[in-house]
Amino acid sequence: MLSKRIIPCLDVRDGRTTKGIRFKDNVDIGDPVAMARFYYEEGADEIVFYDITASHERRGIMIEVVRRVAETIFIPFSVGGGIRTLEDMREVLLAGAEKVSVNSAAVRDPQVLSRGAEAFGSQCIVLGMDVKRVEASTAVPSGYEVVIDGGRRLMGIDALEWAQRAEKLGAGEICLNSIDADGTQEGYELNLTSLVSDRVGIPVIASGGAGRPEHLRDVLVDGHADAALIASMVHYGSYTISEIKTYLSRCGIRVRPCG
Amino acid sequence: MIAIIDYKAGNLTSVARAVTHLGFACAVTHEIDAIRRAQRIIFPGVGAAGAAMASLNDLGLVDVLREHAAAGTPLLGICIGSQVILDYSEENDTRCLGLIRGRVKAFPAGLTDAGGRPLKIPHMGWNRIRRTSDHPFLAGIGPEDEFYFVHSYYPVPDEPAAVLATAEHGVSFAAVIAQGHLVATQFHLEKSGRPGLRMLQNFCTWNPA
Repeated sequence: MLSKRIIPCLDVRDGRTTKGIRFKDNVDIGDPVAMARFYYEEGADEIVFYDITASHERRGIMIEVVRRVAETIFIPFSVGGGIRTLEDMREVLLAGAEKVSVNSAAVRDPQVLSRGAEAFGSQCIVLGMDVKRVEASTAVPSGYEVVIDGGRRLMGIDALEWAQRAEKLGAGEICLNSIDADGTQEGYELNLTSLVSDRVGIPVIASGGAGRPEHLRDVLVDGHADAALIASMVHYGSYTISEIKTYLSRCGIRVRPCG
Repeated sequence: MIAIIDYKAGNLTSVARAVTHLGFACAVTHEIDAIRRAQRIIFPGVGAAGAAMASLNDLGLVDVLREHAAAGTPLLGICIGSQVILDYSEENDTRCLGLIRGRVKAFPAGLTDAGGRPLKIPHMGWNRIRRTSDHPFLAGIGPEDEFYFVHSYYPVPDEPAAVLATAEHGVSFAAVIAQGHLVATQFHLEKSGRPGLRMLQNFCTWNPA
């Protein structure tokens, strides 16, 4: 039986993390490698890096970060943000990441998923989805619409249909982010998560809204998620991964022991 | 020196980084002479059995691996490397190396968990293993330790005694196999945190009789 995965997400801009005040005493708070190591030793099951570097010229910095992370932690990690082509994927995977996450680029050109899966295997290809709740319509019957470019552009695509299509194209996993819940720390979008999770045969990582350990229990049980992404609740020191896992374990959810 | 066989099957740098982290010298190589001189062999890999065997054949590595197997060199297979050491794989209908008797089978369709919910394939994520016999390779590994798996096929050795530990995903399958100087893990021990590094270290210091 697989354990439910707890996955800290680090936003990185120009090679520096953008959150993480809790570490000011003992870890360089801006260093993604130090933060990855901290979470690795704390019992994270996987780590997601999201590169929000704006300029394409500075992407080489992220590749160097990936290389140093791969020398430091011995659990899987993925890299997303700005990945558009097979060459972008190859660079990140060769630098040592297990998986690449493709978001806007896959909406614009869905075949990038199949090309990636063919070249590197489905297990490497994560579809990142940003989803917004809207009025149900003919184009968006579920009332959940795909958005891109960091949530700014509605695409007129139904989230459930897109998830299924991406699975057929070769995505090996879906990281499902609710734009409505993101940043609220009031809980994941459970309805969306269970709808997508029940519709596809690939693992779903729930993202957006985690603020308390109960939120993870809810999304892993009622939301049928295989994994839960967390950010602020650990970056700002409200909880440790060990506290979260102890809580989930007491709720009867199988998680990997820390350490 | 430990040779990590480079047969274009990905994920080799991860294995090399883990071995280096543990303080052992290794080289990622497909040079036949370098492989022939190695004291230990790690045979890693992700991808498909058909492509893996095709690369081994193209690179002319099948014979040198068989020579090492016959000479008793310690050999560790990881993931696809734990599969192609058997005789045959259902994946791409592939004839494999035959260093251990047995076959590689696909997870059957329609598997469900204890609660009746459908199980996802590939079997991807962290899972426990259940030890079925003792071995120096498993020293320091406890029943609660978990390992990182990513696979849709699993090895089935003919000889039940070749199975050191099993894992469960709808079916019980061989997660660790061993025979003589060969050991192999279906999971990625280089990505399995502390217990994975411990097993890798056990291999690097193992002296099979």
